[in-house]
Amino acid sequence: MSSVDLQGITKDFSGIRALDDVTFSIKDGEFFVLLGPTGAGKTTTLRIIAGLTKQDAGTLFFDGDSMEHTTPADRDVAYVFQQYSLYPTMTVFDNLAFPLRSPLRKIPEVEIRKKVDEAAQKLKITHLLDRKTARLSGGEMQRVSIGRAIVREPRLFLMDEPLSNLDAKLRESLRVELQHLQKTQGYTTLFVTHDQIEALTMADRIAILNEGRIIQIGTPNDIYDRPATTFVATLVGTPRINLFKAAWDNGTVLIENSELHIPSAGNTPAQFLLGIRPEDVKPTAEGKFAGKLVLTEPLGVETILHIQSGGQTLLSLIPGMTDLRLNDTVRFNLAQDRLHYFDLEGKRL
Amino acid sequence: MATIQLQQVEKKFSEFYAVKPMDLTIADGEFVSLLGPSGCGKTTTLRMISGLETVSGGIISLDGRNVTWRHPSDRNIAFVFQFYALYPHMNARQNIAFPLQAEGMATADIEKRVEEVVKLLRIESLLKTHPGKLSGGDKQRIALARALVRRPAAFLMDEPLGALDAEFRESMRAEIKRLHLSIHATTVYVTHDQVEAMAMSDRIVVMSAAEVQQVGTPAEVYYDPANLFVARFIGSPGMNLLAGQHVGKQIRLTGRGQYVIPDHLHGPLTEALNGNSEVILGFRPEAAEINPDGTLNGNVYATDMHGAYTMLHINLNENEIIHVRGDRAFSSPIGTQVRFNLKPDMVRFFHPKTEKAIRGEARS
Repeated sequence: MSSVDLQGITKDFSGIRALDDVTFSIKDGEFFVLLGPTGAGKTTTLRIIAGLTKQDAGTLFFDGDSMEHTTPADRDVAYVFQQYSLYPTMTVFDNLAFPLRSPLRKIPEVEIRKKVDEAAQKLKITHLLDRKTARLSGGEMQRVSIGRAIVREPRLFLMDEPLSNLDAKLRESLRVELQHLQKTQGYTTLFVTHDQIEALTMADRIAILNEGRIIQIGTPNDIYDRPATTFVATLVGTPRINLFKAAWDNGTVLIENSELHIPSAGNTPAQFLLGIRPEDVKPTAEGKFAGKLVLTEPLGVETILHIQSGGQTLLSLIPGMTDLRLNDTVRFNLAQDRLHYFDLEGKRL
Repeated sequence: MATIQLQQVEKKFSEFYAVKPMDLTIADGEFVSLLGPSGCGKTTTLRMISGLETVSGGIISLDGRNVTWRHPSDRNIAFVFQFYALYPHMNARQNIAFPLQAEGMATADIEKRVEEVVKLLRIESLLKTHPGKLSGGDKQRIALARALVRRPAAFLMDEPLGALDAEFRESMRAEIKRLHLSIHATTVYVTHDQVEAMAMSDRIVVMSAAEVQQVGTPAEVYYDPANLFVARFIGSPGMNLLAGQHVGKQIRLTGRGQYVIPDHLHGPLTEALNGNSEVILGFRPEAAEINPDGTLNGNVYATDMHGAYTMLHINLNENEIIHVRGDRAFSSPIGTQVRFNLKPDMVRFFHPKTEKAIRGEARS
């Protein structure tokens, strides 16, 4: 497999900047996720790496070699799309064998069978090999698409929202398979998604992309615990982070339009934004803070409490179900070492 | 407001059941979800309640009045769809006022009613905007306001959040629930999303293959699923389900250890299995505790960081992967053996043939 470097990649589409000075490196064997909303430039980045789109400025390297004058075929990357582009009249076996049967490769049939069998085993689709792909479920089709990518033993895997068309349960199980496969085989992978859960759960590192710019690069822990901006803080984590306008006044953080006064050592500007993750709002009988319970959302494994203080509503995430009733006063503590401070423009302080 | 009652209501298309005969009573002011995968019959059920679809059999009553063969407009029910169905040439206020104008209500009364729902939904700032310029969430707010303004006896909602982005969906979910709490209108809500159903409902009707699988509160369907379908469908991921052998006072999992059955369940289990030893052991991901002295074991298959916690995927046998919710700090290389115990009050048993839950407490 290969390492990949993007340096200052910029791309305009009819005067509109799709990518603006995008720079990041993917290490050999790394699972790297590009996370961002629709229109952020994720797919354009993938297409530039694959050689399907040409950048206006900047350089792309594989293993330190510039890809400037290479064709898509020379780059030897495997691309897995959201839509399964399989040949419907062929069997699963023939779909998997297809990239190996290219006349340029001249691989003997015995060898092909061996490689296909191996790939099928890794993806747990051995029992489907003789079936026509038109008769498979969505999850099975996507396994075959991934199988067809790995059978080629490419330098790099590019995956463009491959799980987005699947229902929640299938998405979950294929996510686990993909992660297991990548970690055990050491495939260098660039995975594009708008789904923060996919990014957090699978990535070695995540790059957050918005409006063509990289906002932050880091491990899932970095991104979750130290979001660089309020955009990142709200993009990652469910339920969403609580974010309030706040002021610092002589050793106390005052949350605007509420009765929440938090003792704080300071070092913050007079005005700022305060972020509190819902799991860091911890109800307890002796809590230092109080509010009124205005809504509960039981999800089974956990419950979201909506706690009102003045004109603000604070979300709290607690394990299991709750005995609290609506309009009860809820006392709670905050995990004070896990509070997030941002300036009024949204940059982490 | 209204109670809704379904007695042996069914829908057949020639020989095929879209909805098998079902009984359901929805109390005045209750929020009930019809939950299931696509094709399970949930939308057909909702459409029969609304009158948009005729029944093949059974009786539908509203507040004790048989409306089975009444026209939809005679049922005093408001319908909110996934797609907003707003009039593009009218601004938000005109859209909201439209149903009242169509009834011929006096302008002053219309003003008052519109004012009320606008305040309730906090949409003052949107009133002059045309639908084309509104976000998905705001369009759905206007659609809700238009349904509310009629003061219907009941609301029927068909995946109203289905077309929204994840972030909007989360906040609209809470908004609709708060709205429900403030007006207490009887609501039937169709969704395929178990998180939505759990978060919003007083009770959930879980449907699959044209049939009701279970009717219960969110806690009931989560902790005490009636059968394997409900156990798998509710929860993310669903309940872990393992085939085991009931031997003596234990459930044995081939090569992976054993679980000791609590005394009070031993009798009911023996009786329900009726001489067979095969049984299915079920437990939620948070019911397993990693413990070096655990009586069950498996190998780490993958670990997921979810922000607030880590989900650990453990391989027991070929293709038998269970999910265990662990501390955020948990980390272990793929392939490492881990041992775990199960919290006894969170372990469930299912019959492998009937797929139904075997319950201890109900009998004792």
